[in-house]
Amino acid sequence: MSSLNTAFLVRAGTKLLWILVVFFGITIISFWVIHLAPGSPTDLQTDMNPQATPEVRERLAKLYGLDQPLHVQYLNWIGRLVRLDFGNSMSGDHRPVWDKIKERLPLTFGMNLVSLLLSLAISIPIGVVAAYKQDGWFDRVSTVFVFLGFATPSFWLALLLMLLFGIELAILPISGLKSLDYDSYSMFGKLSDICLHLTLPLFIYTFGSLAGLSRFMRSSMLEVLRQDYILTAKAKGLPTRQVIYKHALRNALLPVITILGLSVPGLIGGSVIVESVFGLPGLGQLFYQGVMARDYPLIMGNLTLGALLTLAGNLLADAGYALADPRIRLRKRDA
Amino acid sequence: MTTTTTTTTAIPGAPTARRRFWQRYGMLAAGIGLVGFMSLIALAAPLLAPYDPTALNVEILFQPPSQAHLFGTDGLGRDVFSRMLYGARVSLWVGFVAVGLSITIGLVLGLVAGYFGGLIDELVMRLVDVMLCFPSFFLILAVIAFLEPSLVTIMVVIGLTSWMGVARLVRAETLSLRERDFVLAVKLAGAGSARIIFVHILPNAMAPVLVSATLGVAGAILTESALSFLGLGVQPPQASWGNLLMDGKEVLGVAPWLSVYPGMAILLTVLGYNLLGESLRDILDPRLRR
Repeated sequence: MSSLNTAFLVRAGTKLLWILVVFFGITIISFWVIHLAPGSPTDLQTDMNPQATPEVRERLAKLYGLDQPLHVQYLNWIGRLVRLDFGNSMSGDHRPVWDKIKERLPLTFGMNLVSLLLSLAISIPIGVVAAYKQDGWFDRVSTVFVFLGFATPSFWLALLLMLLFGIELAILPISGLKSLDYDSYSMFGKLSDICLHLTLPLFIYTFGSLAGLSRFMRSSMLEVLRQDYILTAKAKGLPTRQVIYKHALRNALLPVITILGLSVPGLIGGSVIVESVFGLPGLGQLFYQGVMARDYPLIMGNLTLGALLTLAGNLLADAGYALADPRIRLRKRDA
Repeated sequence: MTTTTTTTTAIPGAPTARRRFWQRYGMLAAGIGLVGFMSLIALAAPLLAPYDPTALNVEILFQPPSQAHLFGTDGLGRDVFSRMLYGARVSLWVGFVAVGLSITIGLVLGLVAGYFGGLIDELVMRLVDVMLCFPSFFLILAVIAFLEPSLVTIMVVIGLTSWMGVARLVRAETLSLRERDFVLAVKLAGAGSARIIFVHILPNAMAPVLVSATLGVAGAILTESALSFLGLGVQPPQASWGNLLMDGKEVLGVAPWLSVYPGMAILLTVLGYNLLGESLRDILDPRLRR
């Protein structure tokens, strides 16, 4: 038992160390790239102002700490980060970056979570059936849809849906989170108003991960169906249903855990596009605005958050995999 | 009952040979057809375009598709069909240059890491891990906004953020190739590392790279269109399928045709490269045959 614990501690320690390395790697690269690029946030504030002399620019740069060497700026930034202080936004309202992120996090996070659950609920059955009846009609039809899904730009599909449901049929709102007269609605009215506004974005989010997930599920299932223990189960005379859903599916789901962990960066990128098309006040839109205004602290805050979420996704995937797979969970106990 | 018995006794992944043949080469033919068609259009754009893609004409704003203007005109009276033909050039160009760059980086790093192993391998692979953890679309957006969006910036940035898959692939391939007898033989004959890597290992590792390059073109075209759609890609008046859609979005209710056709062009092109890539994988890489 104690050998299990030490082995576990060593593994967890290595993992944590590795996460720190990746985290610093990502933030250093981002910081470097963003600050080396020509142009600075002070440009936008001074370009429009004919009275802005070089001295004014210098004073502004000093105010933001932009006159210091890059590594000093980075260390300062890290020092504040430890206290969850991402600095103040350099554009617009100059509010703390963390406050801005905090108020937009629930929408983006919630949308991604719901759509992920939806696409899992759809793609797992598709993958299972397609694999079990490989080359059957369902497999062929779903393969065609997978290829079309991979090739469809999500923002184009969004435009088409807006055209159909928002303009031709006029049954769904196409932009924003709330109607103009939102405040006059009842409790229930408010809720359904938001749900209506989120219908199309949610569809686009879900569609985005559907093709990849069902394809992945299919090949994972094919792999498992080839294993000897499936043959054994069948030879024992177990009902097909039980072989597929109990023996095969459980094993085929394992790699999906990993894929989910790895899909976080894609989801983050996707939210920039979806939120921009539908005008949703989420993190993606915040990041887009930050980029347009060259708002260093805001951009770094978002990149850092994205990196942290990605790392958390990886970690959860590892832990989930270990929990779900007794071969990994019990590896050391046997030895 | 009979159907269940046949499906359960058949070895999964072994359909009849004839069906396999048609499936594989049908996909290949469709892929080649689509890719060839789009490339042809891109190359011959100046010959095919009925109008100058940037010529303004205030008398024909927002004309719906007609015989004179196949895909209609936009808010500045420009011919959408002509603009789309020129947009095909952008997609083709971005696809090839960005992928060329990412393949070059991935090949070199993968070969070096796999061949030398040890510390170099460790460093390269950790760099790959870091890059894979990047919310890369975020980074691409940030970098492009700072560097002034242009065709060149997009190609370079896409190339620099998409080499990791190739590096991993080539490294794995190199790891197994370097242990093979023919490498030992070349070594004994006195060949240097560079010669072994580039003359003897590289050609043997090319098949999976070709597949991933083809699929990479599809990815690069999608990324470019997304960036242009956000206004951070190809800048007007130059036309790209992505920025045509950006224009269309603003006038969705007035001129829906602006939002329909360019997306279809993206879909068909990406579909073509994906079909080509998947069937190449099927043909070139017997280990991945399913």
